[in-house]
Amino acid sequence: MATVTFDHATRVYPGTERPAVDQLNLHIEDGEFLVLVGPSGCGKSTSLRMLAGLEDVNGGRILIGDRDVTDVQPKDRDIAMVFQNYALYPHMSVADNMGFALKIAGTPKAEIRQRVEEAAKILDLTEYLDRKPKALSGGQRQRVAMGRAIVRQPQVFLMDEPLSNLDAKLRVQTRTQIASLQRRLGVTTVYVTHDQTEALTMGDRIAVLKGGVLQQVGTPREMYDAPANVFVAGFIGSPAMNIGTFDVKEGAALVGNAQIPLERSMVAGLTDADAGKVTVGFRPESLDVVPSGTPGSFQVQVNIVEELGSDAYVYGSLQSDLGTGELSAGDSDQVIVRINPRDVPMKGDIINVAIKAGHEHVFSASSGNRLG
Amino acid sequence: MDWLLEAGSPAQKFGVMAVAILLFVVVMGAILFAVDRPKRVPRWVVAVGFVGPALLGLAFGLVYPGLVTIKNSFFDRSGAEFVGFDNYVTAFTNEQFLIVLRNTAIWVLVAPVLSTLIGLVYAVVVDRSRFERFAKALIFLPMAISMVGASIIWRFVYEFKPDQPGVQQTGLLNQLLVWLGLPPQQFLINQPWNTVFLIVILIWIQSGFAMTLLSAAIKAIPDDITEAARLDGLHGLGMFRYITVPSIRPALVVVLTTIAITTLKVFDIVRTTTAGQFGTSVVANEFYTQSFRQNNAGLGAALAVVLFILVIPIIVYNVRQLRLAEEVR
Repeated sequence: MATVTFDHATRVYPGTERPAVDQLNLHIEDGEFLVLVGPSGCGKSTSLRMLAGLEDVNGGRILIGDRDVTDVQPKDRDIAMVFQNYALYPHMSVADNMGFALKIAGTPKAEIRQRVEEAAKILDLTEYLDRKPKALSGGQRQRVAMGRAIVRQPQVFLMDEPLSNLDAKLRVQTRTQIASLQRRLGVTTVYVTHDQTEALTMGDRIAVLKGGVLQQVGTPREMYDAPANVFVAGFIGSPAMNIGTFDVKEGAALVGNAQIPLERSMVAGLTDADAGKVTVGFRPESLDVVPSGTPGSFQVQVNIVEELGSDAYVYGSLQSDLGTGELSAGDSDQVIVRINPRDVPMKGDIINVAIKAGHEHVFSASSGNRLG
Repeated sequence: MDWLLEAGSPAQKFGVMAVAILLFVVVMGAILFAVDRPKRVPRWVVAVGFVGPALLGLAFGLVYPGLVTIKNSFFDRSGAEFVGFDNYVTAFTNEQFLIVLRNTAIWVLVAPVLSTLIGLVYAVVVDRSRFERFAKALIFLPMAISMVGASIIWRFVYEFKPDQPGVQQTGLLNQLLVWLGLPPQQFLINQPWNTVFLIVILIWIQSGFAMTLLSAAIKAIPDDITEAARLDGLHGLGMFRYITVPSIRPALVVVLTTIAITTLKVFDIVRTTTAGQFGTSVVANEFYTQSFRQNNAGLGAALAVVLFILVIPIIVYNVRQLRLAEEVR
């Protein structure tokens, strides 16, 4: 067991100007499950591969425990990695795949057999030990890849999108299995995914990256409740947060026909660069449907209603007389409102919604950083 | 219209060529035109249309001569008198033919293994280096040379001039020996090593073929598998032994067996360099010598049948491996 520390770790691919990973500072506690998440090309996989030793570190250091492993060979880092495509050796049986690292390290055969059988029992693979990988299903292959990591009893597990090749149902199932297995083994784990749901459900802490730069680290709750900037706010949460940039007048943001009062400290945080505007975000579930004319409410025209049984979401557009600011959620150009699934408006209807008190997130319009 | 059958002048020959091309175009055009006409064709007509010509070609070009050869192998030198297995007994007991069989065995054991090994090592060493393309082109070039051409080139390399004052060596190898202060050697005459020097020629030709196929197979190994192997503690020779070779095993088998078949049939090299003298003859060359030089059709046919029987197991193995390789995918 060990901690993992990225100390200003930087990776610049040859022939490129911009670093793929830029001055990454991250400390992972002993036994912690940390999820690196971000859109594709954000440097999350590169960070993991730097830790694995498969990628050079061009600046800064990487430590496992107190040991500087920046220039240590991958095999000597005492880590085990689970690859996206599992990278099982096709010419070896499941048992040989799992015990291969031990065999190379010169571990006695009896001990290899014992450790492989233990891992197989944990992962429910005992009856497949003599099969070749091609005779296994996708889920079983994934478990073999996990088993290969477990058998090594490493200080750190590295997982590079290990669930992305499974179907949706199996992914959810395996997600919880991996998380509980990690808790049980207590091995420090760094897990890479592009799926924020996976990040929220599995991680002790989440680190969001964008363009090679670390945006925010925190527990799933912190990431959800207090995103540090507009990017994290829009990335974490499904459906995505509604975010728009609005004029500020007399200490309040003008959202549609409503005035959203801002705290004094937030207004004080505005600079000239913001040009009297502020970015406001609120999650679909932070909105209440209220009677028309309620103070602080604004109107949304319903474009489409998505019913999920337990919830229903209205996708609509903001109605505004003042016409300031665009409001949208995620990649769509629509406002998303969670409503009571028993009381669903018709397409084309206008509904009045108000933000629950204190549930708005306010960001600087120029820098995108959280205010207050 | 005599010129069609007995073309004399160049103009007439070009005329014959034009007629042949025209005939080809007309026949192909007619086939292509007719192919889409009928709407409902019984399946057997289609099957016969596609498979028939190939079957006919095989029957007349392969099966019939094969059967005649087998028949001839049981008759005497003129094909008049039935002699039972006498020709085979001669082939397997006569000292001259035992040398031929021994040489063939050496060829089949050495040439495929060394060609494949050299091709494999070369492919691994050159893989992902800066001058990969150039290096590959270099070793692939001999493939483009005919066996006869290669043999002539190597005959010059092995050329021997007696070691006397005033005599200049023209052979590359002997000149090197002389420079090193060693006496020049008669590479193509001194037994038993002359067979080895002939095998070198085939290896020179076939290594490029082995390298091309194996290099493609090596490049097809997924990156994440080699990365996983690196994490598992492999590098250098270990990687080669545990990952590279097992991953390209099907390609290795195909290369080995293909070169083995080529080696069994090798004729041009022996014919061009020594004509089978000095104890270098192999089955294919001896079969030619007996059939067309000694006019012993029976013994020649028997040797051809021996060659045929030797090739069969390799081909069967090759086909089975190809099928296995397809199943993996």
